[in-house]
Amino acid sequence: MRSTSQQSKRWSALSAPLVRTSLWLLAIALIAIWLADFQIRAISPWAELGRFARGLVQPDFATFDTAIVALVRTVAFAFTGVGAAAILGMGLALIFHHRVVRTACAFVRAIHELFWALIFLQFFGLHPLTGVLAIALPYAATFARVYSEILEEGDRRAAHALPAGSGVISTFWYARVPDLWAHLTSYTSYRLECGMRSSAVLGFVGMPTLGFYLETAYGEGQYGEVGMLLILFLVLIASLKLWVRPKLVVAYLLAAPFFLGTGLPIVWGNATRFLTEDVIPAPLRNGEGLAGLGPWLGDLLWNQALPGIGTTLVLTQIALVATGVIALVTFPLISRLFVGRTAQIGGHGLLIIGRSIPEYLLAYVLLQLWGPSMLPAVVALAIHNGAIIGHLIGRQSNNLILRPDAISGVNRYFYEVVPRLYRSFLAFLLYRWEIVMRETAILGILGITTLGFYVDSAIEELRFDRAMVLILVTALLNIGVDGLARAIRRHLELRTTPTAQTPP
Amino acid sequence: MNALTLDQACADYGGEVVLGPIDLQIKPGEHVALVGRSGSGKSTLLALLHDRKRRDLALMPQNLGLVDTLSVFHNVYMGQLPAHSSAYNLINLVRPFRRQVLAVSSVLEQLDMEATIWTRAGELSGGQRQRVAVARSLFQAGDVLLADEPVSALDGPRSEVVMQALTAKYTTTIIAMHDLALARRYANRLIGIRNGTIALDMPTHLVSTEALDALY
Repeated sequence: MRSTSQQSKRWSALSAPLVRTSLWLLAIALIAIWLADFQIRAISPWAELGRFARGLVQPDFATFDTAIVALVRTVAFAFTGVGAAAILGMGLALIFHHRVVRTACAFVRAIHELFWALIFLQFFGLHPLTGVLAIALPYAATFARVYSEILEEGDRRAAHALPAGSGVISTFWYARVPDLWAHLTSYTSYRLECGMRSSAVLGFVGMPTLGFYLETAYGEGQYGEVGMLLILFLVLIASLKLWVRPKLVVAYLLAAPFFLGTGLPIVWGNATRFLTEDVIPAPLRNGEGLAGLGPWLGDLLWNQALPGIGTTLVLTQIALVATGVIALVTFPLISRLFVGRTAQIGGHGLLIIGRSIPEYLLAYVLLQLWGPSMLPAVVALAIHNGAIIGHLIGRQSNNLILRPDAISGVNRYFYEVVPRLYRSFLAFLLYRWEIVMRETAILGILGITTLGFYVDSAIEELRFDRAMVLILVTALLNIGVDGLARAIRRHLELRTTPTAQTPP
Repeated sequence: MNALTLDQACADYGGEVVLGPIDLQIKPGEHVALVGRSGSGKSTLLALLHDRKRRDLALMPQNLGLVDTLSVFHNVYMGQLPAHSSAYNLINLVRPFRRQVLAVSSVLEQLDMEATIWTRAGELSGGQRQRVAVARSLFQAGDVLLADEPVSALDGPRSEVVMQALTAKYTTTIIAMHDLALARRYANRLIGIRNGTIALDMPTHLVSTEALDALY
């Protein structure tokens, strides 16, 4: 018999890199909770919640006609914006290896579509172009990155075997695209669903989409109408697969621009003034020169950017961990390893509702109920993102094959399933880090003091120079977090392709 | 065409030389069979020759280079991509031109494959896939064929048909194969590769069985 001379160290799960990373995230979130403001400020939050729930249960279909118009506009903006983005993104994907293109895309992507909308509003006013560009620009940048990654992973052997002189275009469409087509279209249709959410939310800044009608109905206390709008939107998202058919997509794309509404005409003087005067930092505009720029910038960064960054980070870290918790708690609802067929259908329904409602819309509703604090924002972010990740790992769990005598219940959850799924769970969570942060910043528009709050205030005060600097800061923060998440994923050797997180 | 020449050509994978240095000249009208053990460097030699990117070269790689999601028709048509404008090619991708369909099916007929013209390449058997790649080579324009084991998945009679067709269509062929009997019949020059160098190079009728056996 061989005896080991090595001192046997007591093994601990806490030393595993994945667990350590998770614990760090948890610890940071706990500190953040201590710093955060979770007070419920509404006078009678539960009564308010009750009225809201009643509106959902007893929706009021009296204004059905206007609601349909709102839905058609929402769909039209989504199709036009995402369609333009897909074409532009594919073009950019082909030249994505250039550093300039990569950097520009990272920057454009780091700015939320609502910020883009706020910028384009100064340019084009309430013209449909504002909404279309607000979706098209950041989506194109995302498409460029993901398409280029899909192309990169694709098989090049067919292209290699083509006769010399086949031409770039023919080679691309014959030997590269066909094998990747299913992958490309599944990602694009996922982004179309995201586009519907973005389009709906653009209503909150004045586009004629769902958010606009929702805000109006809410303001008037028409809970029945709010209920109807929410239900119609859920039905719209849940039924996408039924009416977005490959053969019909071209028809939709061609028709969509005609259903955007007319909006208000563009005043080109505004566009020119915005570019040549409004965005120029005040000291420069007033002739104080570079000497005045220093204090101006210092004041802006110290008194607005810094507190904004602080709140954004605090909220992001709490929301990220809450997202993870919701995902881990909800995935068994759709897993055949834990519940029966009927319950799985219910679970799917719940997760579809969770991921269909845009965070912004959910945060808006909760904010009306509970008053301005971080609580509505955290809950909204966690429900939406948690439902997405829960859906993804739940589906993965259905592919697991357990031994016939595997244990059941809670033991199965902790011993058999979670250890097997944890790696991809963490990959998804880290992938959504940047997305959660981008949303956190934007929720500031609703009155929570993240970066978006300061941007929105600056715009309301018509201080566009300040707004632009703050948007720039937000973008840099996003790029930073994205970089950090990538570094951690690489360090933990988690799969890094974002397409792995495409829901069906 | 001009002669194909390699002058002190080398190939390395990650710093390790796997082929060469090799001097080689292949003149128009030669039908060359590349023989040797698997891993000896035949495919690498073909890749070196293909790297010239000459317009008169047609390549049939060992992996066939088919697009699995496209139909047999499109996979064969791809041999003629350089002959048409991009716009023509794109239209043909969505809605094949009758002229091209007729041309492709006549090639497929030679290989007994016309029934599968609208089947996706990914749904075919190994032998059928190989014949699709052969059909593309036959459909393609060019004088020189570089083929890597073009008949490895075909039975005796089919191999004969394919070799016959390929050597009839291309005035010059350089074909890697492991069937020595077939090599003797369809090549007028035999090149034996061993350990990344040319170990044997002479007209087929002068090669003795012992010399060939020494390669293996």
